[in-house]
Amino acid sequence: MAHDTATHDSSSAKKRIWSVFIILSVLTIVEVIFGYIRPRFFVETTFINTPILNWLFIILTIVKAYYIVWAFMHMEHETKGLRRVVVWTAVFLICYLIAILLIEGGYIEEVYTGGHITWDF
Amino acid sequence: MDTTAVAKTGTEGKLWGGGKQPLKASYGKLMMWFFILSDALTFSGFLAAYGFSRFKFSTEWPIADEVFNHFPFLHGVDAPMFYVALMTFILIFSSVTMVLAVDAGHHMNKKKVTLYMALTILGGAIFLGSQAWEWSNFISGEYGAVETRSGKILQFANNEGERVALEDVASGEREGLRQQHTESEGLWYMDEKALPEFTLDQIKAGFAANEDLRIRTMKLDENGEKTILDRETSLDYLNNRGIGIIEGANMTKNEYGAPLFADFFFFITGFHGFHVFSGVVILIIIFFNVLLGTYEKRGSYEMVEKVGLYWHFVDLVWVFVFTFFYLV
Repeated sequence: MAHDTATHDSSSAKKRIWSVFIILSVLTIVEVIFGYIRPRFFVETTFINTPILNWLFIILTIVKAYYIVWAFMHMEHETKGLRRVVVWTAVFLICYLIAILLIEGGYIEEVYTGGHITWDF
Repeated sequence: MDTTAVAKTGTEGKLWGGGKQPLKASYGKLMMWFFILSDALTFSGFLAAYGFSRFKFSTEWPIADEVFNHFPFLHGVDAPMFYVALMTFILIFSSVTMVLAVDAGHHMNKKKVTLYMALTILGGAIFLGSQAWEWSNFISGEYGAVETRSGKILQFANNEGERVALEDVASGEREGLRQQHTESEGLWYMDEKALPEFTLDQIKAGFAANEDLRIRTMKLDENGEKTILDRETSLDYLNNRGIGIIEGANMTKNEYGAPLFADFFFFITGFHGFHVFSGVVILIIIFFNVLLGTYEKRGSYEMVEKVGLYWHFVDLVWVFVFTFFYLV
């Protein structure tokens, strides 16, 4: 709804843009710092077979995606219907796709490394 | 609605009862959203396929920090990820200028729309240039490696575990088997791949002569680091398994490890780069329309908003590519 944003006074809309920019920058900097240091604790502690460092990256990425879609793409001003049509479709299909492919990939890795054939010669 | 045969449907006054715009969005914007949704699913398909292959080869996948560690003007300095982080900032900032252009459009401020769109185009162009630089570093490679019979990669390291480049391993000068045949030097010319700069025998001789050298395999140990073999096993691996030399990366081989790694890198960042490129082209078209006053006459800058949606989507995809290629 273009007109919704237009009715906001211009300073509050601008403030929102810059605050989101700062949030996105801080999140990216945190990611880079963690990616550079790779703290031992975060690499060694795992949750569902994945180091919590990776979980941290994934969660921060989803938070960033939320801010981009909600603030920059003005999803927060759209109607509930449009929001659900776009977001739910994507979320459900992507979760399904990821679950299927990653479980299958893990299984193939098991066969690949645990089988009686050597792949390294 | 006046021409409908049924006078009363019994759903009057309901949101989805007809005669209303339940989503309160214009046709163009709605279609842009649906395009973005389908494109998001395409990218998810690619990234999920990448995840599949990475899970399959999870014990030997290349370490991103070792592959992407270049920064302009800092030659030879190990700077993992900083350049990609900079690229991410450039793209986020171009998203900010884009949303500022949309905001200025809501206030019918032609001057500001022009300025912010120009900045957005500039950001997109810088990003594309950065990506080209990143690709050229990836393709030319840094240390080089030896390929084994089974298509695995053997890299070189010294006793301290630091990487050693092929040119420091090889005995003698870069000569290769023969001179590369070029089109300008013969009547009969057949295309061939670039010849490796060293022969495998040079590498084997140099390796045998230098007690300080070891082989680094693709296998990741439990700390997520590459395995370094002891001296004897190293000699055995190199002499009995090595079949050729790999410098840099192409679609079938790369010096970093699993061949699929380079394939996915080229395909996913390439497909994203293509989106950025088409985004820049569309932005330029809209930019000229703004200059010509098309939207001023139309009384609405909604077209800027639509291209803005696409541009933010490109940024959104990059956020995920950044995470899954460079961080995780």
